Amino acid sequence: MTKAVRAPETPTMDMTNKEVMRRIEYTGDMLLNMGPQHPSTHGVINFLVQTDGEVMKRAIPEVGYLHRSIEKIGEKVTYNGFMPYTDRVDYIAAMFANQGYAIAMERLLNVTVPKRAEYCRVIACELNRISSHLIAVGTMAMDIGAVTPFPYALREREFINDLLEELCGARLTYNYLRIGGVAFDLPDGYQDKVKTFLDHFEKILIEFDRLLTYNEIFIQRLKNLAPISPEMAIDYSLVGPNLRGSGVKFDVRRDVPYSIYPELQFDIPIGKGEVGSVGDSWDRFWVRTAEMKESCRILRQCIAQIPEGETMAKMPRKIRLTEGLEAFSRIESARGDMQYYVIAGAAENMYRCHVRTGSFTAMGIIDTLSRGLMIADLVALIASFDVVAPEIDR
Amino acid sequence: MQAFIDGLIRGWGYDPATWAWTQMVYLAFMGAFAFAVINFAAITAGIFSWAERRVAARMQSRVGPNRAGPFGFLQWVADAVKLLTKEDLVPDEADKFLFRIAPYFMMVGFCCVFVTLPFSHVLIIADMNVGIFYILAVTALIVVGIIMSGWSSNSKWSLFGAIRSAAQIISYEIPAGMALMIPVLLAGTLSTQGIIRAQGGMPWHWFVFDNPAAFGAFVIYFISALAEGNRTPFDLPEAESELVSGYNTEYSGMRFSYFFLVEWGNMWVMSALATTMFLGGWNIPHVSAAEFDAAVGAKAVVWELLSLAIFTTKSLVLVFVVMWLRWTLPRIRVDQMMNMCWKYLVPASFAGALFVAGWMLIVHALPMLGTLMHLVMFLGAGVLPVTFFIMRTLKNIRDTGDKFDFTSNW
Repeated sequence: MTKAVRAPETPTMDMTNKEVMRRIEYTGDMLLNMGPQHPSTHGVINFLVQTDGEVMKRAIPEVGYLHRSIEKIGEKVTYNGFMPYTDRVDYIAAMFANQGYAIAMERLLNVTVPKRAEYCRVIACELNRISSHLIAVGTMAMDIGAVTPFPYALREREFINDLLEELCGARLTYNYLRIGGVAFDLPDGYQDKVKTFLDHFEKILIEFDRLLTYNEIFIQRLKNLAPISPEMAIDYSLVGPNLRGSGVKFDVRRDVPYSIYPELQFDIPIGKGEVGSVGDSWDRFWVRTAEMKESCRILRQCIAQIPEGETMAKMPRKIRLTEGLEAFSRIESARGDMQYYVIAGAAENMYRCHVRTGSFTAMGIIDTLSRGLMIADLVALIASFDVVAPEIDR
Repeated sequence: MQAFIDGLIRGWGYDPATWAWTQMVYLAFMGAFAFAVINFAAITAGIFSWAERRVAARMQSRVGPNRAGPFGFLQWVADAVKLLTKEDLVPDEADKFLFRIAPYFMMVGFCCVFVTLPFSHVLIIADMNVGIFYILAVTALIVVGIIMSGWSSNSKWSLFGAIRSAAQIISYEIPAGMALMIPVLLAGTLSTQGIIRAQGGMPWHWFVFDNPAAFGAFVIYFISALAEGNRTPFDLPEAESELVSGYNTEYSGMRFSYFFLVEWGNMWVMSALATTMFLGGWNIPHVSAAEFDAAVGAKAVVWELLSLAIFTTKSLVLVFVVMWLRWTLPRIRVDQMMNMCWKYLVPASFAGALFVAGWMLIVHALPMLGTLMHLVMFLGAGVLPVTFFIMRTLKNIRDTGDKFDFTSNW
C-alpha cells in the first residue's frame, strides 16, 4: 500500500522556513540559500530562493539575523544615554537616526532648538545623506559587476567622513546630536571646507553619470527590472528614494516639514522612466544620484545662511518625564521615512521606543517582485532598494 | 622544430633516419619544450596577476601591491608560495577524484595552446599546418575542467558557475571560430606562422584593416575571446556578487591557483592570437618575410629580437585593453549574454566570412581596390577612432577633471 501524498500548496509567508523548504524541495525546484553570508545581500540577511535553473520562482527574505534589540535597550538606559544607540540603528546614515530621536524627545519636552543648532543638524544630515547615497550607488555598481565605481564612491565618502570627523570626532557612528541641540558648534572655517568639497563633488557626480548611470550595459541590466507602480509602492509602504523612484512625489522634508527645511529651496527628484518603465530599478538608482545633487544645493544654502548663536537649548541635566507622555517624530532619512515613537516611563527612562525604518518595509515587496526574475536580477533588486541589514532588524 | 633537431643530429655525425637514439633525442627535446611552455605560461600568468592588480589599483585611485620587491613586482611570487603551502582541502561531500583532477584539465588545455602560438620569426614550438584548428580544439579542454570542478564540488553555487561557463564557452566558440576563419581565408593557410607571413609590417598591411568584414571579425573575435576567458563583461561564471565565486568556490591552495593561472594566462593567449591573426604578428615594418628568411648573421639576430619585441608589445597592449575593460564595465546577464552570441555575433561572423570570400574574388580581379580599401580602413577604423578617443578624453579632463588637492589632508 503506497501512502497517498497530497501535493503541498505553494509556500506562503506564514509558514515556517522549514515548511517552506520542504515544500520547495517537493516541487523539484532548487532551493538556494542566498545568505546570510552572501557578498551582495548587504549585511546578514538570508533569502530562500526557489529556482528553476537561472530563473527564480520566488525569493523569500528571512530577516532577523542582525537583531540587537536596540528598542529594548532604549527602555533600560536614560533618555540622553540612548542617543549613541540610535547610531547603530542605521550605521551608514547614523545622523538621521540621531535626528529622529532628538526631535521626538524635543517634542516630548517642548524644547525649541536654537536656529544655529538646526542649521548644524541639517548640514550634518545632508552630508550624511550624500555619503549614504554614495554607498548605495557604489554597491549597486559592484553588484552589477562594475568594481571601479565603488572605490570612486568611497573616495568621495572619505572626504565627507573627514568633514564629519572634524565636526564630531567620529567617522561612522557620530552621536553628534543632543536632545535640544548639537554637541559641538561648527569648527572655524568649516563652511569653506564644505564649499571646497561641494565644488569638487558636483563635478564628480557628472563623471559618475558618464561612467556608470548612462553606461549601456548598466542600463540594459536595470531597465524594466522589477518595476513598481505608484499604487503598489504605496500599498507596500515603500518610503524614500524607493517610493520616489516609482514616481510618487513624497518627501517628508517637504510634505511633513520639520527643522529648517521649509526655509530651504530644493527639488524632489522622482523616477520618470527615462530608460525603461517608471519605477524600475534604474529609476530608483537614478533618484539617488539626483538626490545627491539636491543635497549639494541644500548644503550651499545652509552654509550661506547659517546664523550666529547658541547651539544648545536650556536643558535639565537629568530628564524626568510624566509617565505615559508620548511623542512621535518623522524625518526623511537617506533610506526614507524614519519614524520614532517614544512613550515616557516613570523613572529616567522610556516606557517604550519604536523605530520605523525604510529598509524593513522594502524587504516586504521583494517576495512579490522576485517572481520570474533571474538570480542576477535579485542581486540588482536588493541593491536598488539600498537596504541596510541593521536597519531592517534594529 | 623537427628540422632543427635533425640538423643537430647531423652535426653530431649521425643520420637521423637510421640512428637508433633519434627518437630518444626527440623525446628529450619534447620534454624540454614542455617544461619551457609550462614555465612560460605560469610565469606570464603570475606577472599578469601582479600587473592586473597594479592597473586596477591605478584605475581605482588606490596604490595596489607595493611591498614585495620594486613596485610590488614580487607579489605574485609571494602569492604563489603562500598558495603552495596552503592545505589542499577537499570537501567531504565532493566527488574526490573529479575534484582533484579538474584543475589539471584546465592547465593542460591552457598550456597546449602555447605549442602553436608564435613569439617571433623562429620562436615557435611547432608550426603546425592546422595551427588555428589545433588551438580551437585544445582550448575546449578548459571547459571540461570547469564543468568537472563545478559538478564535483557538490555545491549549488559552484554548479551554477560551471553550467553558466559551459553554456558561455560553448556558445562563444562558434563566433570566435568563424571570426578566425576570415584571416584564414585571407592568408589561405591554417598555420599561425603562415598567417603572419601573409600580413605585413605596417598597420595598413594588417588583416584587421583588410576590409570591413575583417575589422568586424576582429571585434567579434575579441568579444568572444573575452567571453571564453571569463573576463568582464562576461565574467558570469565567477561573478562574485552573484555566485560568491563560481566554480572555484570550494577549492583552496594550489588547485585554486590553477584556475587563476589559467584565467590570467588566457589573457596572453587571446591577445597573442589576436595579434597573430589580425595585427600583423611579428612583422617588422619594411621587412618582408622573404627578406627575413634570407637574413644571416648579426642582422638576423637583431631582426629576430625586434620581431619578438614587436609581437610582445602588440600582445601586451591588448592585454592592457582586456584589463581596462574589466575594471570599467559592469557584467551582463546570462540571457543577454546568450542573446548577444546567437542573435548578433554568430550571424555577423557568418556574413563576414561570406563577404570576405566574395571580396577576395573582387580583389583578385582588381588588386588596386584591395590596396585602396586597406588605406581607407586604416584611416577610418584605425586612426579616426583613436583620434576621437584622445579628443574625448582630453575634453572630459578639461570639463570635469578635478583640481582637488588629494594629497593635503585639507
